[in-house]
Amino acid sequence: MVTADTKVTAEPGTPFIEITRDFAAPVELLYRAHTEPDLLARWLGPRKYTMVVERYEVRDGGVYRYVHRGADGVEHGFRGVFHGTPSVGGITQTFEYEGWPGHVALETLHFEPIEGGTRLRIRSVHQSVEDRDGMVSSGMEDGVREGYERLDAVVAGLATPTH
Amino acid sequence: MDQLSSVFGALSDPTRRAILARLTEGDASVAELRAPFAVSQPAISKHLKVLERAGLISRTRRATARLSHLEAEPLREATAWLVRYREYWEESFSRLDDLLAALQEARATTREEGGR
Repeated sequence: MVTADTKVTAEPGTPFIEITRDFAAPVELLYRAHTEPDLLARWLGPRKYTMVVERYEVRDGGVYRYVHRGADGVEHGFRGVFHGTPSVGGITQTFEYEGWPGHVALETLHFEPIEGGTRLRIRSVHQSVEDRDGMVSSGMEDGVREGYERLDAVVAGLATPTH
Repeated sequence: MDQLSSVFGALSDPTRRAILARLTEGDASVAELRAPFAVSQPAISKHLKVLERAGLISRTRRATARLSHLEAEPLREATAWLVRYREYWEESFSRLDDLLAALQEARATTREEGGR
């Protein structure tokens, strides 16, 4: 059964984040959407940004770099390296936000076939709790402050560690 | 310990998170907060002390009851990153749903044409 809930698990006091999300599409299509630059540019990041995939060398040791460009011209660059050969069995990569250099995370993406689709699981390991919590607040906060008003929902979400 | 660390320490316990969730509905007495849990009153009082030290609640006396009140600001700071992170991925994944649907439709069309 495919449900479109995005589960983000980030236990307080740990440097880990796990995201799971089900998609009504086969593993092979999910994999293509994650590895073909022209496809990636069509979904990764908020709509308000123009997504430019500058490099995407899907191979062991290959480099990737992409940029989210805001309407104000401000650019947010992200980059990393693929470790091991990316395949439908999984992708391992480093991840660094260029606005906060040196705070490199290790990410693994896993595509699991489920009834009617695919379950995507992204695990990221940061260098410290501060790195994990600081990454997003360091650069991607502009324009997303409306989220603050939903404090009730946030607290309700905290009541269950997995939400 | 800095403020953020004590906030995260306070949030690391499921009972304390449940107490905060209850306080979003309004101020509550120790007895009211204890009701859903199978724990003693001193245990609840201990949790409230941790939350108070982290600045997540304040406590006032009204008549005979001591009421706990949710202090939202430290929680905002502590969870703001998570809110933004979720928003980033939820919007991306909703776009990915659309892309996958388009790709599957294109593939189905190609297959039909190939069959003719």
